[in-house]
Amino acid sequence: MVKLRLPRLRQVILLIVLASLILVPLFSDLFYTRLFTRIMIYGIVALSLDIILGYGGMVSFGHAAFFGLGAYTVGILAQHGVESAFLAWPAAILVSMLLATVIGAISLRTSGVYFIMITLAFAQMLYYFFFSLEDYGGSDGMPMISRNTFAGLMDINQHTTFYYLVLAILLLVLFVSLRLVQSRFGMVIQGVRENERRMRSLGFATFRYKLVCFIISAAIAGLAGALIANQTLYISPSFMHWTRSGDILVMVILGGMGSLFGPVLGALSLLLAEEVLSTYTEHWMILLGPLLILVVLFARRGIYGLLTGAKNGG
Amino acid sequence: MDPLLIFIQSLNGLQLGVMLFLMAAGLTLVFGVMNLINLAHGSLYMMGAYLAATIQQHTGSFLLAVLLAIPLTTMLGMLVEVVALRKLYRRDHLDQVLATFALILFFNELVRIIWGPQAYFMAVPGLLSGYITILPGVTYPVFRLVIIGVGLAVALLLYFIIARTRLGMLIRAGATNREMVGALGVNIKLLYTIVFGLGAALAGLAGMMAGPILSVEVGMGESIIILTFVVIVIGGIGSIRGALIASMLVGVADTFGRVLLPPALASMVIYILMATVLYWRPQGLFPAHG
Repeated sequence: MVKLRLPRLRQVILLIVLASLILVPLFSDLFYTRLFTRIMIYGIVALSLDIILGYGGMVSFGHAAFFGLGAYTVGILAQHGVESAFLAWPAAILVSMLLATVIGAISLRTSGVYFIMITLAFAQMLYYFFFSLEDYGGSDGMPMISRNTFAGLMDINQHTTFYYLVLAILLLVLFVSLRLVQSRFGMVIQGVRENERRMRSLGFATFRYKLVCFIISAAIAGLAGALIANQTLYISPSFMHWTRSGDILVMVILGGMGSLFGPVLGALSLLLAEEVLSTYTEHWMILLGPLLILVVLFARRGIYGLLTGAKNGG
Repeated sequence: MDPLLIFIQSLNGLQLGVMLFLMAAGLTLVFGVMNLINLAHGSLYMMGAYLAATIQQHTGSFLLAVLLAIPLTTMLGMLVEVVALRKLYRRDHLDQVLATFALILFFNELVRIIWGPQAYFMAVPGLLSGYITILPGVTYPVFRLVIIGVGLAVALLLYFIIARTRLGMLIRAGATNREMVGALGVNIKLLYTIVFGLGAALAGLAGMMAGPILSVEVGMGESIIILTFVVIVIGGIGSIRGALIASMLVGVADTFGRVLLPPALASMVIYILMATVLYWRPQGLFPAHG
């Protein structure tokens, strides 16, 4: 039997959010179904970043690259007639993992500020690559004719069906990630975050652990990319723009890093805030900026930390 | 390849390199002395360009625009330092990245509110708008030559300030051992504000020189700040000498990449350059501290 070590308060919050997420399509119109589908997809990306950021201590400022790679893989395959999700989605994951192996192998040779800047630069490199790739839309982006198919098992062109599929994937990813960070592998990764030199003296090949962690995180981000391509049916380089990486980073910190569940809350609150504030003013960013600085300065544990009183890396 | 074309492209590369150096010098100084990673450095570049464009529009004088916009950008930089960034020096890099990212969002939106979303175009000042014959049969825009000249002059001035003046001595000392400088009775807060102002002045200068070449628009700072990061990562963070050499390297590599390679590959050249350098030297070419 699988054991998930979660304090009671977290279970309660988890259940409330889960229950509301299940109920959304039943009691609301299409607009909210689509909005919450998008929120959950960003929740998955934010969660994947939290694995390397919150547990591995690797501050990647280029996470949107893998998100975009997943989206482009699905889009390019669709343009060549591959519409089955059973082929396209694993391909999206695989491509993200391959690129993460290369990017990670180079970036992880460095640490600290260098790592931040290098991941940022690699993401921009991919951004400009797709930006000038005229065969697949270039700077304009490329449309997708229809959503991926599931060999007749289900039709995700139905918004509600797609919504529940994304919800199921979110829960699966959340569950697997929680198990991952509580496993021996996860403990080693957290040990490396605290003191890499000591872990190396204990005989762990820390570089390999970090690289594998980086690749796992990219794989999840790639899957989320495949989902967002299906959600918007339009793939553009802006998916991997560095401000997107920044947004994802903000979701993790806002929600509370090192908790996996927090980043999902972060995605929820950031995107909802965007939705609400932008109805009042188109210049809502001018509010978000200073607000964010205040969160960074005074509320490091994020929303999840405020709700549960849990410490980072719990 | 035609040797004349090589010559012209080298000048173009040098011009891009000089712009990158102005940005990289400020960024690397701020990092070296205050240990602060400032993503919003590009915002100061943008503000410099907007301020200069506005003053030029109202007065019609480019010289006046430069003379007024540089101190204004410097003051803006110092204001930002005192209000927001000062509290971040002791925080880890993640906090600094997030807070300065938030500053970018703030400044971009501020510009959108004040100047609107459309791009501005700065006129090249009349005196510098022509072409000059640099070799028999080869002409080159005067303004671009001026940029190269100003950039090299600033590099020399910066070298003089840092190597030969008391302020420079304090900056070098601050980069080596912050606590010790403070303990010796130097007003470290003031020093930080001055260094930040110096970086802001350089960024503003780069912005207003870029104004007539590129368009002045929201987000203009972001495209150059990433290149600047590549430069200081290659050069070694905190090292002015590294920044100078790396900015020339990146400027020339990027320019020739765009001439010789297909666009999709050309846009990747400098990142491949960076990856190659880091593979051999993870701390950059001239690491500042050990």
